[in-house]
Amino acid sequence: MAAADLVTRLINGYQRDFPLTPRPFRDIGESLGLRENEVLSLVQDLRDQGALARVGAVVAPNTIGASTLAAMAVPAQRLDAVAAIVSGYGEVNHNYEREHDLNLWFVVAAASAEAVAAVLRDIEARTGLAVIDLPLIEAFHIDLGFPLPCP
Amino acid sequence: MPVSVTDRRLLTAIEDGLPLVPEPYAELGRRLGLSEAEVIARLQGLIAGGVIKRFGMVVRHRDLGYTANAMAVWDVPDDRVGAAGRRLAEFPFVTLCYRRRRQPPVWPYNLFCMIHGTDRRVVCDQIAQINSEPELAHCPHAVLFSRRAFKQRGARYSVREAKETA
Repeated sequence: MAAADLVTRLINGYQRDFPLTPRPFRDIGESLGLRENEVLSLVQDLRDQGALARVGAVVAPNTIGASTLAAMAVPAQRLDAVAAIVSGYGEVNHNYEREHDLNLWFVVAAASAEAVAAVLRDIEARTGLAVIDLPLIEAFHIDLGFPLPCP
Repeated sequence: MPVSVTDRRLLTAIEDGLPLVPEPYAELGRRLGLSEAEVIARLQGLIAGGVIKRFGMVVRHRDLGYTANAMAVWDVPDDRVGAAGRRLAEFPFVTLCYRRRRQPPVWPYNLFCMIHGTDRRVVCDQIAQINSEPELAHCPHAVLFSRRAFKQRGARYSVREAKETA
């Protein structure tokens, strides 16, 4: 099987329902026609290349901690500097520039709502810019993965 | 479901992913002082309880060609937003859909969905398709494509010390 085809089958097949068995990589190998060590090195390579962030859990919001989506309207000439300040927080896991007057969007997650609020206040104090706090009220659909087109 | 201290330690231990070794659950167990069977059972319980929404390969979508990423938002009357959100969640190209608090006057929108696409035109067509839904008729809306990703990684709830809940 071609390498690209294997990667597609591995990623499409195991973004959900990764085996909860003592030897998960051996079990995946059985479905792909690979040995356990070949699956492990394929996964390690994808991680090293950056295409794979991790093999792990996507946790539902507001179950083991608190999080919010926040936005700021940052003057264009300050955007890189303000984005660097925001990204510097360990509590910030996503930070994007978007096409809007509110041009910087980021997600803050921490152990408690108080800790999240403290990060937002700190960013406001350090940048002198308002942070718009948009907490979640209800989730209708959450992160079910990204199908790869067949190569 | 309540998340016990042990479950929380387990989730913290896999924030950066499973160890890439032949027996990852046994390895986690050694680090946490649990048996392999208990690690597996706890993960199964967290998935069944809805704490873990998905367990497996977490990709960096931009590196896989998903670069036309739009956050589409609507201002939907409160009595219609639940029905609208459930309807939007049915579209196969919608990756995330949720209701958030409005912050008027700067942010009047309360319904959010993310579409991660590889082609901006296709994504615009998909948003037009959503907009033709009766639940969204006459609702003000906006589309915010992403320009740059400054940071993208999984959440780390362990940054500040977690409060013990159980």
